Amino acid sequence: MSNRDPDLRRNAPHLELHVPEPAFRPGDTPDFSALTIPPAGSAPRPDTAVPAAETHPLTTALVRVLGDDNKAVGPWDPRLDPDTLRKILRDMVTVRIFDDRMYRAQRQGKTSFYMKCTGEEAIATATAAALSAEDMHFPTYRQQGLLIARGYPLTDMMCQIYSNKGDKLQGRQLPIMYSDKKHGFFSISGNLATQFPQAVGWAMGAAIKGDSRIAMGWVGDGATAEGDFHSAMTFAAVYNVPVVLATVNNQWAISSFSGIAGAERATFAQRAVGYGIAGLRVDGNDALAVYAAVKWAAERARSNRGPTLIEFFTYRAEGHSTSDDPSGYRPTNEAKAWPLGDPIERLKAHLVAIGEWDDDRHSKMTTECDEQVRAAQKESEKLGILPQQGKDHIETMFDDVYADVPWHLAEQRDQAIAEGRD
Amino acid sequence: MPTFNMIQALNDAHKVMMARDPDVVVFGEDVGYFGGVFRVTEGLQKQFGKTRVFDAPISEGGIVATAVGMATYGLKPVIEIQFADYIYPGYDQIVSEVAKIRYRTAAEWTMPMVIRTPYGGGIFGGQTHSQSPESLFTHIAGLKVVIPSTPYDAKGLLIAAIEDPDPVVFFEPKRIYNGPFDGHHDKPVKPWSKHPASEVPEGHYTVPIGKAAVVREGADLTILAYGTMVHVALAAIEERGLDAEVIDLRTLVPLDLDTIEESVKKTGRCLVVHEAPRTSGFGAELVALVQERCFYHLEAPVERVTGWDTPYPHAYEWAYFPGPKRMKRALEKVMAD
Repeated sequence: MSNRDPDLRRNAPHLELHVPEPAFRPGDTPDFSALTIPPAGSAPRPDTAVPAAETHPLTTALVRVLGDDNKAVGPWDPRLDPDTLRKILRDMVTVRIFDDRMYRAQRQGKTSFYMKCTGEEAIATATAAALSAEDMHFPTYRQQGLLIARGYPLTDMMCQIYSNKGDKLQGRQLPIMYSDKKHGFFSISGNLATQFPQAVGWAMGAAIKGDSRIAMGWVGDGATAEGDFHSAMTFAAVYNVPVVLATVNNQWAISSFSGIAGAERATFAQRAVGYGIAGLRVDGNDALAVYAAVKWAAERARSNRGPTLIEFFTYRAEGHSTSDDPSGYRPTNEAKAWPLGDPIERLKAHLVAIGEWDDDRHSKMTTECDEQVRAAQKESEKLGILPQQGKDHIETMFDDVYADVPWHLAEQRDQAIAEGRD
Repeated sequence: MPTFNMIQALNDAHKVMMARDPDVVVFGEDVGYFGGVFRVTEGLQKQFGKTRVFDAPISEGGIVATAVGMATYGLKPVIEIQFADYIYPGYDQIVSEVAKIRYRTAAEWTMPMVIRTPYGGGIFGGQTHSQSPESLFTHIAGLKVVIPSTPYDAKGLLIAAIEDPDPVVFFEPKRIYNGPFDGHHDKPVKPWSKHPASEVPEGHYTVPIGKAAVVREGADLTILAYGTMVHVALAAIEERGLDAEVIDLRTLVPLDLDTIEESVKKTGRCLVVHEAPRTSGFGAELVALVQERCFYHLEAPVERVTGWDTPYPHAYEWAYFPGPKRMKRALEKVMAD
């Protein structure tokens, strides 16, 4: 390496490269006491019609509804009826049981891959309750709660995970990369953040056609570093697009903590400020806060007041996927130390606190959810598990590349069929 | 019948389809009020309104991504990437999303969209306004790749592309927007009005995707070309008095191999011509297919005329461009013995 003209540079300070490090590594004792967690009810709730700038103080605050006493407090309390609360609770419990069973199925060799959303269940399930069933989602791989809350059959989800005969995607997609038009759930991509500007495009389409449905785009904290995040924010702002843009900040992108995506400098919600759109930072483990924030942003979008960036602050309680072992990069007990708690426990405690729930009912419901998941698993496994797949109907591999099969694919299909007979 | 240059023909294709199909929307950098830097979208915003024809931010990734969202919604986006050299920020969206969505959703969602982009050199555009990146797209399952070479084909192919159920990357040879180019850059440009293919019917018609055109029948050899190079090749054989059969591929994917095969089996000699760099260019695929299908009919090795494997150098543009001299040497070689 050359060091030209050293005389000129003798008195200049040596430049330093800052490589962010998380607060705790394996072997450390996680201690989140330095983390500022504003009390529930402390964040003001502006009218949905305010200029975007009036929301910007909320990008460094934290919208929280469920207090330490498990009561709902403050202006963001959505005042949901107990049935809706119980529905969200049930959805969260179903998601967690589903995740556990599918994780185990992967470990048993029944499929190649699985991803849980443990600790983040409130975000998708409460969002589903807040939006209309007709609104369109462009999710990441950790919003399985949207499908479950919208009533997509668990069996269909599992058939996709097993790539079996019941898999509507015909074994073409990695497990959990669901797609379902009827349930407003766009095909999940493994290329991160691609869906974020696509959500903006869908909502632009809705605006071009004078529709009343809106779109919601999802991205993780890590993938906000992609150019597609910037594209989404730019287009959303330029065309005042009726879209809700959610960043699920679970603080971990495989082994890289959120600082590697820029979180040491600013919150993810604060990115709204530079684009001049509304921004909210929300306790993602508080189902009521999630519901209230999405409802607010949706109302704003529906009345042509423009897009909102919501940061759901949460914690990825388990590994990135079945291919990941977080003990290699963070303390194993960090999830337990995470101060915003478990979203299921928090909503359950709230329902108990308002006299609408008790341990017996909870355990009865959990058993029902467990039975439902087990029954779906049994049903889907009748249609096969991954190791048995990929042998029959090889010709379908060549369908849907194009609307029609062009000659070169027809030739390759014949060859593949012949190989299958060899 | 009106006489159009290629820009006017493409503009007319937009007008025909926007009038016929209310789901067609057009956007890209500078395409709205101004009508595009090459004027292809001129007048569209005035005629069809700002919500169907509008300027996009300088964000090719965002343009393609929002077009994906619109196609998911049910619209038919026809987007312009101002220069093919600018398409790379949108490449992930094109390759991983546009091309794959029909397949990965088992056709629950499809991507009927057209990505228009001017390509090729010969306009002193330097490295970033001259490239021919078609082979980066012919390699991607799920995309169709179309390149017209005349005003008639440009309109008919663009209408076919907009009506196609699959995504089409539509490369426009910008060197011949205003007139066919014989490769002699030091001679005055001929206007399209002298060329029979500048007679463009009014209203709706299509030129089928996946069908090549035999633009000149001949017996001595077969020349496979597309875009600007069709005209360069035609001029080169006229100059040498060769009775060549010249095939304008028009569509690279899906390729019209039957027409190619029939011709090469007849002539026994084949020259492949493109402006893009040689290594891994689409010509490599053509040469492979010709030897697979026509090996025992060949009387000489298949030759290639291409751009060099360098970036497109500004001042050396005419030393880079595969013009008459490169054509001459290749024709001599393929016609020897």
